[in-house]
Amino acid sequence: MLYREAGQFKATYVEDSEIFPIRQDKFGIALILAAAFVGIPLLSVAGILADYTFTAILTPFLIFALATLGLNILTGYAGQLSLGTAAFMAVGAFASYNFMLRIDGMPILGAFILGGLCAAAVGIVFGLPSLRIRGFYLAAATLATQFFIVWVLTKVGWFTNYNSSGVITAQKIEMFGYTFDTAFSKYLFVLSVVTVMALLAKNMVRTNVGRSWMAIRDMDMAAEVIGFRPMRTKLLAFAVSSFYCGVAGALFAYAYLGTVEPEGFSLDLSFRILFMVIIGGVGSILGSFFGAAFIVLVPIFLNTFTGFLENTVGIGLPSGISSSIELMVFGALIIFFLIVEPHGLARLWQIGKEKLRLWPFPH
Amino acid sequence: MKFIKKALVAAAFATAAVSASAQEQFIPLLSYRVGPYADGGSGFFGGVIDYLSLINASGGVNGVKLTWEECETEYNATRGVECYERLKKSHGGASMVEPLSTGIAYGLIDRVAQDKIPMTTLGYGRSDAADGRVFPYVFPLITSYWDQAAGMIKYLADKEGGFDKLKGKKIVHLYHDSAFGKEPFPVFEAYAKQLGFELIKLAVPHPGNEQQSQWLQIRQAKPDYVILWGWGVMNPTALKTAQRNGFPREKMLGVWWAGSEEHVIPAGDAAKGYSSMTFNTPGNYPLLDEIKKKVYAAGKGNMEDKSRIGSVYHMRGVTAGIMMVEAIRKAQDKYGKGKVMSGEQVRWGFENLNVDEARLKALGALGMMPTVKTSCLDHEGSGAVKVQRWDGKAWKAVTPNWVTGDRAMIRKMVEESAAKYAAEKKIAPRDCSKEG
Repeated sequence: MLYREAGQFKATYVEDSEIFPIRQDKFGIALILAAAFVGIPLLSVAGILADYTFTAILTPFLIFALATLGLNILTGYAGQLSLGTAAFMAVGAFASYNFMLRIDGMPILGAFILGGLCAAAVGIVFGLPSLRIRGFYLAAATLATQFFIVWVLTKVGWFTNYNSSGVITAQKIEMFGYTFDTAFSKYLFVLSVVTVMALLAKNMVRTNVGRSWMAIRDMDMAAEVIGFRPMRTKLLAFAVSSFYCGVAGALFAYAYLGTVEPEGFSLDLSFRILFMVIIGGVGSILGSFFGAAFIVLVPIFLNTFTGFLENTVGIGLPSGISSSIELMVFGALIIFFLIVEPHGLARLWQIGKEKLRLWPFPH
Repeated sequence: MKFIKKALVAAAFATAAVSASAQEQFIPLLSYRVGPYADGGSGFFGGVIDYLSLINASGGVNGVKLTWEECETEYNATRGVECYERLKKSHGGASMVEPLSTGIAYGLIDRVAQDKIPMTTLGYGRSDAADGRVFPYVFPLITSYWDQAAGMIKYLADKEGGFDKLKGKKIVHLYHDSAFGKEPFPVFEAYAKQLGFELIKLAVPHPGNEQQSQWLQIRQAKPDYVILWGWGVMNPTALKTAQRNGFPREKMLGVWWAGSEEHVIPAGDAAKGYSSMTFNTPGNYPLLDEIKKKVYAAGKGNMEDKSRIGSVYHMRGVTAGIMMVEAIRKAQDKYGKGKVMSGEQVRWGFENLNVDEARLKALGALGMMPTVKTSCLDHEGSGAVKVQRWDGKAWKAVTPNWVTGDRAMIRKMVEESAAKYAAEKKIAPRDCSKEG
């Protein structure tokens, strides 16, 4: 009832090929974007939301969502398992830094795009093994990316401008004479980048390119037979995915942490992003956001919650124990969601949509 | 007797007044008690909390009680930044922060400057942050990695009988292959050139639980000393592999992250005779007795395992606590005793610390840590280290006095590196002659 597309007729090809064909979806997306771009800023101006919300919750959430989106393109749509996500992020961050540092008057967005392209190039190189191996063996091969990139970034001093601590310090984000230095402006900057890239991705996965990825994912032999070239398709997936991860890495350094060390982009981060994909939903743009929200926000929520219990209710636990309990609850939640819905949170949302469609007369 | 009673009543009133007017100095603690580095985190933050509890038990800092809230970071930069952002404004505002994690500290460098909250990084983080002109809000107190590296060479030279005796010797730098392990390169290289010893750098990939090939190389090179710049599981592995390869542990010298009970006990017998750097002298001090008496006897102690009181990490935490409280005290001297200090005022306190021997003696910690005197130019304040040896049961100090390397040389490197940072970030360094 609420979600029924009956009566929405498409009269032209343009209408037929819209990114969001159903009116409710269009409306929903517009609402979410309006809330993100206008509603939340208004709340901030009114003083209801503090800087904390932007700098500690929303900004990292958006950045991780972008990285998850990148991995989801590769793993979810093209079916190539990768454990090198953090490495591609590192390439993006360090390349952007060097472009900004070494080229005078480099615009920041230009540096991000070039950083993303560098990550894409690295992605293509390390995607080559995917032509021969698949599945877990490919995951092992991409593991090499992870270690190699971090090793190179620590080994070659040029990348960090010979910093003695081996870290880079992101330059200021400046555009059109405006400096993005407050928590709020950085949030808007990240939000704009993520929105544009997410819409692009959403569009891309339903074009010829996206369909070729899905064909390769579902059965590469068959895809080859019907005329998709596996080499081009797979490497393109690696390139696009790494581009997204690279931009996410650059945002991570520029809009979030400020100073980053190569070790910050460790295997641990790659795994976290892979978990975001799995929890959110493999092969779903929306799922990337769900997954990032789950992995980034739930631990913070649990931590705040135990803090709340201790402060107001007065249930005091030794701090070591409460930390461990948080970790256990978080793990249990992951298992719970994977049992309830192995296809991720995005699938839950899809089921919910189906239900809304039939409501109030389910058959 | 009457006097004591009076004092007690006064103290009781004072505390009542204090809690009524919320006269509390808030310190956020970005601790980590789970995850791979939990052993260090629980000891360190336990030490900090024990010391802060002791201060509160004796009436606070000029009557101002200290409050703190822990936030679990799991040693993860994202979580640490979130914790910092969450706590920085609570309880009336954070007066300082100490993350004990390089990654988190990096994520906070820009933020603390913006929020005007001082950050201490005791014995880790950017060495060049010692230049207070470029890093007004960061305090790598006591000793940075560079000063420690210089201290190591000084100690080895003393052991040999002078700097000139190091000529022609072979020193292996066995390091964790990361920014952390490579940080002392410039110092060792400068010394190698100046003193004429051969420096062999051997990298151990993370996490470092397999070092056979490195130790084979060491066996072939027959070095006079091996410097172990290790981290986590790499340390016990290095000790065990050294034993297997017949390399005497007496000739191994570890960085302070390779010098706690948690690192040597897993290595068992292999650790006997091994020495490492530290900025605390192991042993018992009146201050630790006081903590046991006033804090633990009252059931307010933070360490679950009481045998860890006075362990390396715990003592380091107590040291950090002393630095924090002394900074608040110093700030109160200037901005008003018995008042709650803002982050900026505490920053001034950190910049004008003068913890001399008399002060340490009054605290009951004479000899436990080096004296610290900071200034606008020097945010490190000491640069002194000590060498301790593991005798199989406990750490024992080897050097009776504090060891300091060539501080002038390190200072030059600090200033160069800080100037480069300032140029990259387009920061105009402060003029220290104008600081009060």
